[in-house]
Formats: sequence, structure tokens, C-alpha cells
Amino acid sequence: MKVSASDWLLLSPELFLTAAGLLILSISAFFDKAKEEFLAFLTLLFVGVAIGLVAFLSGYGGRGAPIFAGMFIVDNFAIFFKLLMLVSIALTVLASIQFVGRAPYPAGDYYALLLFTGVGMLFMVSGNNLVSIYVALELMALSSYILAGYFKLEIKSTEAALKYFVLGAFSSGVLLYGLSLVYGIAGRMGLPDLAKLFESQAKSNLLLVGILLILAGLLFKIAAVPFHVWTPDVYEGSPTPVTAFFSVGPKLAAYAILARIFYVGFPKFHADWGLIIALVSAATMVFGNVAALLQTNVKRMLAYSSIAHAGYALMGVLGFRTEFGLWGILVYLLAYTFMNFGVFALVVFLETKGYAAESVADFNGLARRNMTAAVVMLVFLLSLAGIPPTAGFIGKYYLFTSAMKAGYAWLAVLAVLMSALSLFYYFRIAAAMFFSEAEGAPLKSSYALTAAVLICAAATVIVGVAPQPFVEMLRACVIKAP
Amino acid sequence: MTGAQAVPGALLTGAAGWLFVIFAVLALGMAIAVVVARNPIHSALFLLSSFLLVACIFILQQAEFVGAVQILVYAGGIMVLFLFVIMLVHQRGVRERLTFQHQWDVALLFVLAFLLPFLYVLWTERFPDLPQNLDAFRTVRGKIAGNTQAVAWVLYRDYLLPFEVASVFLLVAMIGAVVLGKRSAEKVD
Amino acid sequence: MTITINHFLVVSFLLFSIGLLGVLVRRNFLTVLMSVELMLNAVNLNLIAFSRRLSDLTGQVFSVFVITIAAGEAAIGLALTISLFRQRRTLNVEDANTMQG
Repeated sequence: MKVSASDWLLLSPELFLTAAGLLILSISAFFDKAKEEFLAFLTLLFVGVAIGLVAFLSGYGGRGAPIFAGMFIVDNFAIFFKLLMLVSIALTVLASIQFVGRAPYPAGDYYALLLFTGVGMLFMVSGNNLVSIYVALELMALSSYILAGYFKLEIKSTEAALKYFVLGAFSSGVLLYGLSLVYGIAGRMGLPDLAKLFESQAKSNLLLVGILLILAGLLFKIAAVPFHVWTPDVYEGSPTPVTAFFSVGPKLAAYAILARIFYVGFPKFHADWGLIIALVSAATMVFGNVAALLQTNVKRMLAYSSIAHAGYALMGVLGFRTEFGLWGILVYLLAYTFMNFGVFALVVFLETKGYAAESVADFNGLARRNMTAAVVMLVFLLSLAGIPPTAGFIGKYYLFTSAMKAGYAWLAVLAVLMSALSLFYYFRIAAAMFFSEAEGAPLKSSYALTAAVLICAAATVIVGVAPQPFVEMLRACVIKAP
Repeated sequence: MTGAQAVPGALLTGAAGWLFVIFAVLALGMAIAVVVARNPIHSALFLLSSFLLVACIFILQQAEFVGAVQILVYAGGIMVLFLFVIMLVHQRGVRERLTFQHQWDVALLFVLAFLLPFLYVLWTERFPDLPQNLDAFRTVRGKIAGNTQAVAWVLYRDYLLPFEVASVFLLVAMIGAVVLGKRSAEKVD
Repeated sequence: MTITINHFLVVSFLLFSIGLLGVLVRRNFLTVLMSVELMLNAVNLNLIAFSRRLSDLTGQVFSVFVITIAAGEAAIGLALTISLFRQRRTLNVEDANTMQG
């Protein structure tokens, strides 16, 4: 294996982020007096530089071919996901400053772990070999377990971490068993090699079992039914900025590798996995929406709502070998990242009772306590429900069209019905904000959190009002099915 | 190992085959003991023996290096960690009322219902016969070296990138263990 | 006794199922962790057997990665065990259930 200067350049965002994590760690270890705001600012700066590096790579001619013995690939698809994931990390840092600042835990380790989660996610979306994808996935997962349990004096946080850990380790065991079976049939791990080999090989039941197990392991990370049981508890128990991050960052990475593994590695079996994904998608959106209707705790309601959204998003993987391909899911994820993060960021804003569970009643009269927050929350809720002119509408429009083109009209109809159902529980929060009596004094937000929320709101509105440039750009980011 | 070529598809023949049967049956027995033992110390010791037996199977399968790593990491590292935590926790006298969760019978049925078909697939799968080349496990650049050297050659050349990611993984595990295990959460201002 | 790849697959699958069952039914968190280790060990058994059948070293290298990751996971799992025990004086998975809904 020869490594050229161009290869190092393609790897630079990951290398830089690793170095940044180590630096944050050392600063907080050696300089006791380092202010937490300073560490947060430094983290933001590093993430910004990493975003710059990825943006530079998007215009770099040397990308597109696998490097490091076929382990790593920087294509447009990976670049889109990297940018979105880095933005989600930056937003998480902004949402964390006050929250972590108030709590009695060291902030340096927190930000370093956030960066290392980012390193794992970046390596995941660029993985072109099952081994490198698996190792990166474990890096991301392990850092997330620690972040979930970071507020270790809160019993809920420890519980969330325990549940996440047990079920996460369990699911990666299942995924790994699937990988070992695929290795046994094929004798290689590179995704393009696998596809090439399977073309000439007879169908094998054992291979199908292996693919099924890999799919199950990945669906767990996405929190699709029936692998969703961990989601509400982990989302409720984790520190809220971490919950906001979990609902976006690791999920993006999981969608990316799901799409890449099945589009690049297993195109021959698309009839089999396509049908399974369609059924899982239907079950997920029905279950998520119905369960969200029954919740009174906002964090849990939003957890079920993000399960429902995982169901919608899976529709975007179905467009295999149609003119849409992965286009739908890319547009949708762009919208989802901002609207879902924004809604959780507002829960952080309202978290006045320290580490309390937030009931819908906590939103009572928000419009009188802080008009901006209420209006912004309304934008996010409309977007989550898929009402124009918001980003959520554009995302869902592309998803549903992509499912129709792939011949899953029944799924698209079901998704529209479920979106209508979701209006009920989103409307409950909206009604509480505008039509209930206010309890408590006017609320003020920290600058950082305000910035995070406003960035999300602006993105939600801009993508919703003027989607054309974004959508056209994303068209170039899909993985071409062979 | 001349017998290996006599039967197509055979990985082990003769005495080695019987050794595998003994190791496998014992390893499975130890694994069952891990799951049913009441005392976690017993579970840990059964787990250790299961790992050692599996390491023996690895060595039978031309994977001397992985067998050694299995013994070093599990017996030397993970087991010590497990026993340490058990000691730490048991000093305070934790009594378990029940070994199993309430819905253990449902879980057993569930696992059987899903796994029996898989077992059938595994047992009936027909693999094409492949030429066996035992030297592949110890050849480096056309010369016979050792298994360790051959593994290193693949690990540090083709799998260099995942290897580096694994190093970050271990760093995160270390940070995490310190962050979560440290007694007091002191904050420096 | 002639051993083929199918024998290996069945042994590793049984080992995997025992681990799976352990994760699902045990109440003690430490034993749950050990069961996860059993599952990963079953994967290694598979990888080594396939590597032998294919005369290919990739399986052995992958199993080194799996052992590494199992070690890291065990460390975090045990740290969480200690964290749980400090708060609750219990190692019981079912007792760690304050969240309902």
C-alpha cells in the first residue's frame, strides 16, 4: 500500500478532529484554571476548521477513489454527511455551554468525547470496507455510551447509559455475526469487491442470513421498530443536549452506512432487503406516531416522534436503481437535522428544574414568557409535521416521491396518513404554548443556546422557502447504484 | 496434516477432529454455566475457562497469534477487571433475590423460535470445495515466516487505517472508564 | 473424526445463542456483560474457521479487532457497573428502571 500526499489531504478532517480532541483533553488536564467557556469556544473553533477542511475537499479533484488499501473513500455522498454531522456537533456544543456549565462535571472531557464521537462518525461515512466501518461504528457507539452517562450523579443518566450500553453491545454483536457470515461466504470485506463477487456467485441462504443480521444491527442504531425499545429511555435519561445530539448525529452516520453498505456492497440482493426495509419503515412510522400520541413527557414524545421520522427516512433508501436513488433521503436528512435538533434545543432552554422530566405543561403560556422561543418552536413543530413552507415539507415531498417511483405507493399513502396523525401531538405542544396561562417569569436564554436555536430555525425556513439550490446540489451527492 | 486433503472440505481430521469435539463441547458447557451460575465469581471463572478452550480451538485452526491474544487479553486483562469489580462490589454484601428476570421463559421461547431456523440454514449450507493452503497463514512475501509475522503484515499494511481508529477507540475507553469510575465529580473553576 | 465448516458454524452459533439468552434473561449486570463477551467470542470462532477454510488471513486480523473492541466495551461496562452500584447499591438490571412510559 502506497500512501501519497493527496491521501493524507483527504484524511485531514479526521486527523484534525482527533488532534483537536487530544488537545482539548490535555488543556483541561494540565490547566486547572481553564474556563469552561474557553474550552467550548476552542471546540467550536476546531469544528469550524474541520468544516472548512471538508468544504475544501468538496472542490478537490483527487477525491472519489478508495484510498488506504480500499478502506476509505471521500465521495460527494461522504462529504455531504460529514458537513451535516460536523454542523450537528457544533450545534451540540452551543446547546451544551450553559447546561454543562451549571452541572458539577468537568467540561473538558465532555467536549473531547463529543469530538471523538465525531471522529468515529466521519470515519464511518467514509468507510469502504466492512472492517473499517465496523471499527469506526464502535468508536462512535462507545463515545455515545459515555456521553449518555456523563451526568453520573443523576440516576437517570446512569440508567440511560446502561440501557444504551447493553442494547448497543447486543446489537453490535448481532451486526458482527452477520459480518462474519458475509466474510465466510465472500472471503473479502471491501464493499465494491463484495458486489463484484456476488454477481458471479450462486445465491446462498447463509449469505442472506448474514445480510439480514447486518440489517438488524444497523436498524438498531437508527431506532427502527422492532429495535427501538432503547430510544425513549435513553432520550429521557441522557443530558438533554446529548439527547439532541443522539437524535441527529449518530443517526446520520447510521443512515449513511446503511445506504452505502446496501447500495455498494449488496446490490444483487436489493429485492430481498428492499422489501424488509419497506415493511420495517411502515411498522416504524405507525408505531412511533401512535406511541407519541400517548405521551405526556415532552422528551419521550419527541423520542417517539424521532422514531416515526426514522420510519419516514427509511423510505428514502428504497429508490434503488430508480432515477431518484438516495436523493430523497439526503434532502430529508438535511431538513431533519435542523428541525429535530432545534426542537430538542428548545427543550434544553426550558429545562429550568435542573434535571427534571419535562411535561407538556411546562410549555404552558410560553408565548407570554418568551415570544421568540414560542414562534421558533412553532416553526420546528410545523416542519416536523411536514407543513409548507418549511424544510420538513420539502424533505417529506422528496421522500414520498422517491417511494412512489420505487413502486411503494402504499407506503407513501401510509406515510401521508401518519403525518396527518402526527399533527395531533405536535399541535398539543403548540396549543399549550399559545392558548394556556403562563406560569412563571419571562425566560431568558444564553447567547450560545439562542444562536443554536436561531441557526436551526433559519435553516428550516430557508430550505423550506428556497429549496432549489440545496436540492440541486444534493442531486450530485447520491451514490450511483451499479 | 496430510489427511486434510483426503476428505474434501475437511478442516480437521483424525485426532485433531476429536480434540475439536472435546474443546467445543467443554466450551459450550462452560458457556451455559456462565449464564446459569448464581454467583458472579463462578460465572467469571466459567467464562475464563470457556475463553481458554476457544483459544485452543483457534490454535488448532492455524491461528496461533489470535489464540495467544485471546489468552493474554481475556485472561490477563478482562478477567482481572471483572474479578476486581466483583470484589469491589461484593464487600458491601449484595444479595441477589433472583438469578433470572421474570420473563425468562418467554425469552427462551423467543430465542428458540428465531434461532432454530438459522441453525437449520447453517447445518444445511453447502460450501464449494476450496483448495487448502496452510502455508498462507505463515507466508510473508513468498517466504515461510511465522503466523504472527503474517498477521502483522496484513494488519499494518492493508488494515492500517482501522488499526489507527482502534487506537482512538481504546483512548476513548480509557477516558470513559476514568470519567465514569472516578468517585467524586469535582469541578475546577 | 472429520470436522467441516458446518460443525464450526453450529458450535459458534450455539455459543452465540447462549450469550444472547444470557443478555436477555440475567438480572445481574455483570453476568449480562459476560454474556456479551460470549457473543463476541462466537463471532471470533466463526472468523477463524472461515479464515482457515478460505486460506485467507483477513479473518484472523478481523478477530484481533474484535478482541480489542470487546476489551474496550468491557472496560466501559464495568465503569458503568460501578457507577450504578454507587447510586443504587444494586447490580440488578430490572431495578434500574425509574423511567416509565
